[in-house]
Amino acid sequence: MIDKENKSDRRSEIWREDLRKALKAKERTGLTRVHMNELDPQVRCHNNEEVNLGLTPEQAQTEAKRCLDCAEPNCMGGCPVGIDIPTFVKYIEKGEFLNAAKTLKETSALPAVCGRVCPQEKQCESKCIYIQKMGKEPVAIGYLERFAADYERESGQMSVPETAPKNNIKVAVVGSGPAGLAFAGDMAKLGYSVTVFEALHEIGGVLKYGIPEFRLPNSIVDVEVEILRQMGVEFITDCIVGKTLSYDDLHDMNFKGIFIGSGAGLPRFMGIPGENLNGVMSSNEYLTRVNLMDAANPDSDTPVFFGKKVAIIGGGNTAMDSVRTARRLGAERAMIVYRRSEEEMPARIEEVKHAKEEGIEFFTLRNPMAYLGTEKGHVRKMILQVMELGEPDASGRRSPVEVKGVTEEIDVDLVIVSVGVSPNPLIPSSIAGLQVSKWGTVIVNQDTMQSDVKDIFAGGDIVRGGATVILAMGDGRKAAANMDEYIRGLKA
Amino acid sequence: MNKIISKEYYSDRVIKFEIEAPLIAKSRKAGHFVIVRVGDKGERIPLTIATADVQRGTITLVVQNVGKSSGKLCELNEGDYITNVVGPLGKATHIENFGTVVCAGGGVGVAPLFPIVEALKAAGNRVITVMAARSKDLIILEEQMAAHSDELIIMTDDGSYGKKGLVTNGVEEIIQREKVDLCVTIGPAVMMKFVSLLTKKYEVPTVASLNTIMVDGTGMCGACRVTVGGKTKFVCVDGPEFDAHQVDFDEMLMRLGSYSK
Repeated sequence: MIDKENKSDRRSEIWREDLRKALKAKERTGLTRVHMNELDPQVRCHNNEEVNLGLTPEQAQTEAKRCLDCAEPNCMGGCPVGIDIPTFVKYIEKGEFLNAAKTLKETSALPAVCGRVCPQEKQCESKCIYIQKMGKEPVAIGYLERFAADYERESGQMSVPETAPKNNIKVAVVGSGPAGLAFAGDMAKLGYSVTVFEALHEIGGVLKYGIPEFRLPNSIVDVEVEILRQMGVEFITDCIVGKTLSYDDLHDMNFKGIFIGSGAGLPRFMGIPGENLNGVMSSNEYLTRVNLMDAANPDSDTPVFFGKKVAIIGGGNTAMDSVRTARRLGAERAMIVYRRSEEEMPARIEEVKHAKEEGIEFFTLRNPMAYLGTEKGHVRKMILQVMELGEPDASGRRSPVEVKGVTEEIDVDLVIVSVGVSPNPLIPSSIAGLQVSKWGTVIVNQDTMQSDVKDIFAGGDIVRGGATVILAMGDGRKAAANMDEYIRGLKA
Repeated sequence: MNKIISKEYYSDRVIKFEIEAPLIAKSRKAGHFVIVRVGDKGERIPLTIATADVQRGTITLVVQNVGKSSGKLCELNEGDYITNVVGPLGKATHIENFGTVVCAGGGVGVAPLFPIVEALKAAGNRVITVMAARSKDLIILEEQMAAHSDELIIMTDDGSYGKKGLVTNGVEEIIQREKVDLCVTIGPAVMMKFVSLLTKKYEVPTVASLNTIMVDGTGMCGACRVTVGGKTKFVCVDGPEFDAHQVDFDEMLMRLGSYSK
C-alpha cells in the first residue's frame, strides 16, 4: 500500500527533483493535451478492432511532461484504487516505462483494462490542477495509464507483483468481474490462498461478456488474469456459489472469508406492449451473444440477429456499446432512443463522440411506447412518444415529460433494451442472514464492505446496483484490506 | 470439463448420458436444470436433470437430437468430455402431499418428470403417471415410472403400445374418473399448452416445467422470458416451473422459434 509518507518520499527522490527542474512550469503548461490516435470511423465500423490505438512513446513522454508533479496531487484523491499517479507519470516522462507499469500494479490489478474503460474525466482527471485552477484540459492520465500497461505487455517483460509469504488462509471470491479480480489481487499480495468461483465458462465477468472487443479486447483481460494466476490465485469456472456450492460448503472447505462480487444481473425491461416479440432483447443478451459467445463469427453455434434497422433503448455506456456493435454487425440504421436530451446522457462523452463518428443516429427526447410485430412475431416497428424536458428530478437531471399526443413510428428489425439492470438475487437469496435492500443489493458497511454475516464482504454492482469497473475495483480493494483485518482479528 | 460415464440409446434420437458432476449431483433437487456447452464454439443450452447418483457423483441427462447443439452433444461417447456443465439451476419443484397428482409427460420430458414422480410418491401422494410418445420405440423409463407410480398409463400416437391417443386423452380420462388435486406436466411446449387448456377446463391446478431458449441460465440475459399472469418472468431464475394456467404458451411457442429460419 502507498501511504502518504511513502508518496512524499518518492516525490523527493533525486531523479524526481531533477526531472521537475528540467522544465519550467510555464513550459509544461504551455504544452497542449495529446489526442488519442483512433482508427478511422469508416474503417472501424466494418470491423471489430479496437477504436483507440494508444499513444506512441513520444506522445506519452510529451504528455507526461505536462504533469506538474504537484506536492499535493489531488488526482490521486479521484482514483478509487489509489494509484500513485504522479510517480507513474514521471516514470513515463523519464522514459522508464516498465517502472511506470510496476507502479500501476502496486494498487491496480487491471491497469490495461482501467486505462481503457475508466471514466477518468469524472475521476482522477477531473481533480487535475489544469482543470481545477487553470481552466485547461487535464493531463491525460487515462491515456498514460493505458500506454504504460500496453508497453509492458508488449515488451514481453511483464512483472508479477510481489506477494507476501503464504499464510495458508483460504478466502473465496464469488464472481470474476472487476470487483472480484481487484479483491483477489490484493489478497494474494497479502499472502492469502485465493479461489475465485465464476458461474460462466470464462473469467472476467462484465469485462468479457459485456464490454465489446472494439473497446476492450478479451486478450487484454486474459493477460491481466494470467498475472493473477501467476500470483497464485486459483480460478474455478462453471461454479455458482449458492447453487453448485452452498455457503456451508465453503465453510466445510475451510474458507475463512468470502467476498461477493457477483455483479448486477437481471436486465430491466419497460413492460410495454410488444416487448416480448422476437428481435427485442436486453443489451445483456445481445452483448453476451456477441462478446462471450462470439455469435457474429460463422463458426460459432450461438445465433444472433444481424439487424438492418436497429434501435437501442437507453443512453448509458452499455447502450453505446450495443449500438456500435449493431453497426459493426451490418446495421444500415443504428439508432439510440433516449428519453432525455443528450446533455443528460449517462454515457461517457468519448463513447457518444465515437458513436456519432460511426454514423449512429440519436433520437433523444423519445420514449418507446410499444413495438409492433410481423405475423410470425418478429418486431417490425416501434412507436415512440415524443418528450420534452421538465423540472429537475431527484437525480438533479431535468425529467422528461410527454408531449401529449405526439408520437412517431420508425421501422426496426432489432430492438435492444438497455435501461439498466437490477442485482441478481441468486446469491443473496441463498445465504441466510444476509441483508438486502429493497432494490435487492447486498447491504454492507460502506467503510469496510463487510455484511451483517461477519465473514461475508461484498462490493461492485451487487452492492451499488449498477456502476463502473473502477468503482467495483475500489470496493474490491477496500474489502480486501478490511477482510485482512477481520481475519487477523480472529487469530488474536 | 465433465466426463461422460455412460451413454445409452433409448432410440436413435433419444440418448441417456450419465455425466461426472459430483457437486451438482450432491446439490440438485427434482426440477433443477443444467447449462451444457460442447466445444469452444458451442452454444449454451439448458437441459433438465433426470436423475443423480450422489455416491457415483453423477447426473443423468436425457437428450433428444433435435438441432445443432443437441446433435453435437449426442455425437459424444462414453469417456469423452463435455466442455462445460454448470448447475443446478432454477428453482426446485415444490413437493408436498397434495393428495392425488397426475404427472403428464411427453417425449424426452418424461426424463425430467421422473424425479418429480419419485419425490411426489415419497411425499405420500397418490401418483398417476401418463406418459406419451409417437410410437412404442420412443417410450422411455417405463419400468422406473411404474415402480414409483400408483398407476401408469402409456399413450402412443399410433397405438403401437399402451392406448392409442395423445397425453391429453389419458389425463382427461383420469380427471373424469376421480378427483385430481394437482397436475404436473413436462414435454414439448405445444403438448403442455394442450394439457394446460384441458386441466383449466376441469379446474385442476397445473404446474408446467418450461424449456425456453437461454444463454447464461442465471438471470443475466433475459432470453428465456415468458409471460405468466400478464407479467414477464425469467424461466431460469423464476422457474422453470410455473402455474400452467397463467402461462402464455402461444407467446412461448413464438419465442422458441426466434432463431429458426
